[in-house]
Amino acid sequence: MHRPAPDRAGTPLFQLHNHQLSYADQQGEKVVLADLSLCIHAGEKVALVGSSGSGKSTLLKLLRQQQPDSAYCPQHLGLVGPLSVFHNLYMGRLQRYGWRRNLRNLVWPSREQLQATAHLATELGLDAQLRRSVDRLSGGQQQRTALGRALYQQSPIFIGDEPVSSVDEFQADQLLGLINRAHATVVVALHDQTLALKHYERIIGLRGGRLVLDAPAATLTADELAAVYHAP
Amino acid sequence: MSAAFDTTAGRFRRVSLGLALVTAAALLLADIELVSSNPWFELSRIGLGLLTPDFFSTEALLASLLNTLAFALLGVAAANVIGLVLALFFKWRPLQLFCALIRAIHELFWALLFLQIFGLSTLTGLLAIAIPYTGIFAKVYAEILEESDQRPAELIPPGSDRLSLFLYTRIPLAFAHLRNYSLYRLECGIRSSAVLGFIGLPTLGFHLETAFSQGLYSQAAALLYLFFALIASLRWWMRGWLLPLYLCGALWWLPFDALLSFSTLQQFFGHDIVPAPLRGQPLLALDTLARFGHWLGGILQHQALPGVGNTLVLSLIAMVGSGLLTLLLFPLISTQFLRRPARLAGHLLLVVLRSIPELILAFVILLVTGPSMLPAIIALALHNGAIIGHLVGRYSDTLNLREDASHGLNRYLFEVLPRIYPQFLAFLLYRWEVIMRESAILGILGIHTLGFFIDSAFEELRFDRAVLLILITALLNMSLDQLARGLRQRLQLNANPQQANC
Repeated sequence: MHRPAPDRAGTPLFQLHNHQLSYADQQGEKVVLADLSLCIHAGEKVALVGSSGSGKSTLLKLLRQQQPDSAYCPQHLGLVGPLSVFHNLYMGRLQRYGWRRNLRNLVWPSREQLQATAHLATELGLDAQLRRSVDRLSGGQQQRTALGRALYQQSPIFIGDEPVSSVDEFQADQLLGLINRAHATVVVALHDQTLALKHYERIIGLRGGRLVLDAPAATLTADELAAVYHAP
Repeated sequence: MSAAFDTTAGRFRRVSLGLALVTAAALLLADIELVSSNPWFELSRIGLGLLTPDFFSTEALLASLLNTLAFALLGVAAANVIGLVLALFFKWRPLQLFCALIRAIHELFWALLFLQIFGLSTLTGLLAIAIPYTGIFAKVYAEILEESDQRPAELIPPGSDRLSLFLYTRIPLAFAHLRNYSLYRLECGIRSSAVLGFIGLPTLGFHLETAFSQGLYSQAAALLYLFFALIASLRWWMRGWLLPLYLCGALWWLPFDALLSFSTLQQFFGHDIVPAPLRGQPLLALDTLARFGHWLGGILQHQALPGVGNTLVLSLIAMVGSGLLTLLLFPLISTQFLRRPARLAGHLLLVVLRSIPELILAFVILLVTGPSMLPAIIALALHNGAIIGHLVGRYSDTLNLREDASHGLNRYLFEVLPRIYPQFLAFLLYRWEVIMRESAILGILGIHTLGFFIDSAFEELRFDRAVLLILITALLNMSLDQLARGLRQRLQLNANPQQANC
């Protein structure tokens, strides 16, 4: 996979000003995001941390709305089970081609598309599964397929919601490196604090829908990061 | 690059391709032609009739509407009660076979049989609906009761009597499901009841057939619209606490004047349906058996065989046609593809298509195309395509696609179609048996399926032949049901079958 041309570094890509998001249920008003302000520029590599229910997924969805062409890897993967790994990877580029070519590749994949995806599949450790149905793969293999679809899109921006939660630590480390090499701007929700500190330049922490941390990873200690998860 | 693709979707594709090839072969055997010299003329007249419905042309309109309703209410209610009781003993294998047999015989065939015993009377209509519906209710209710939560029943103190156990732990859990299903069956019952008019009972079908065959299309349109209104409004006027009132009303409205005499019964069972060569003969005599063999061979060769062949050919083509139509129609009501106003239009189209009974639809198309298998194929495909399209469309609403999923044709081909396909195939295979039942009955319109030979036998008063052919039809249906079940198991298709077998 060749590296896409990065956006001009420094252009603001995502901006939120005092953003408020809540919904009402039986127990009353539930705040999902409270008074959130942040700005992410092109070229930044950002990790989003916080315990479950802190609003990470909601924030990522908001960010995706601001840059709809970003490569996106949701938590529920969104794979099409009965189709092969090849087809699920190819889906990252559906919008690039006309319906005739898409229909043709659905029924009878072309040699060039197969070659193009085979390279990516090898990088993801899925080369042996390229022609197999996604519904017959393990959880880790499925997650790598979903990640592959996002990578195959070759967008300069990557947004991922726990994109490596089902693979082992060694692989997770490698895959996060792959994501960083393939995209100029990366925003990823992660629960692994060590990986977050290792791969990202900036760490944003959420607790109960509020921004409680926004700091360069280089100046951050493990204790400061762990504090995000505990109520003050 | 040389390894073959091994995907779930690929397996379904091969099955579909196989079906398409068999259907292509069936098309070569089928008698399909446009006989009518000027189909557009008749079509435009029907279209004009649909635009100018005449609600005051016949005073029989209201009476036939009430008749249709009364037959359906009483027939379905009786079947409901008996079916529920049978469902409790459904583990007993002979009962399963018995229920399979009585539901494999179409309402119209039952009606033709009872017509010989009770004449054109209320009892004929009621039994024709109640008997096959009892078989269906028994099977489906047994399934519903089995699927409901069994754990509460296991927690009841041992020694409690079985009836209390049943009333406390089984019925309440399954009640909503049972009620929904019987309401849905009532809708089917109204359609069946209307169709009974085609053999002379005073329901909507009788007046529809008369109006259509005399070319009184405005009058026919009024009848059709009333029929739609009746079915569409079912869930508003059908309330549990009103049911006793409706049933009493139906009993009061329908005339019970059947002349049931013992000698008629004796004549029918003791003579008419006994194979002609065996009547009054010593059963074990060699020449009796030889003549019986000759009689049986003649019917099998000249009637049953071509009848079975044509029924199979028609049902296969109609099933694949329904499938193709389903794939075109379901996006019209799916939240994955259309916004609300457009979906409402789609729903309206599907409701209209699936409300018209196949027989009536085929009869109307026959007026346009002339007699061949074509009207039957179109009618079956439209009706069943709309029903499966409705089910598949609703299923597609439950899919959870990723936020950045593609749109339009890409969404259809890559996201939705592969996901709905197993469910779609399951519904289609469930429906095959129903399509087959209808294919046989459409013979009444002159297409040479089994219904044609059965109808002719009744007309010639050869009841022995008619009963034999009806039994063959039922056996064909039961074997097809087994075949479809085997296919579904091999393909590992599990779908909720209950909505698919109306």
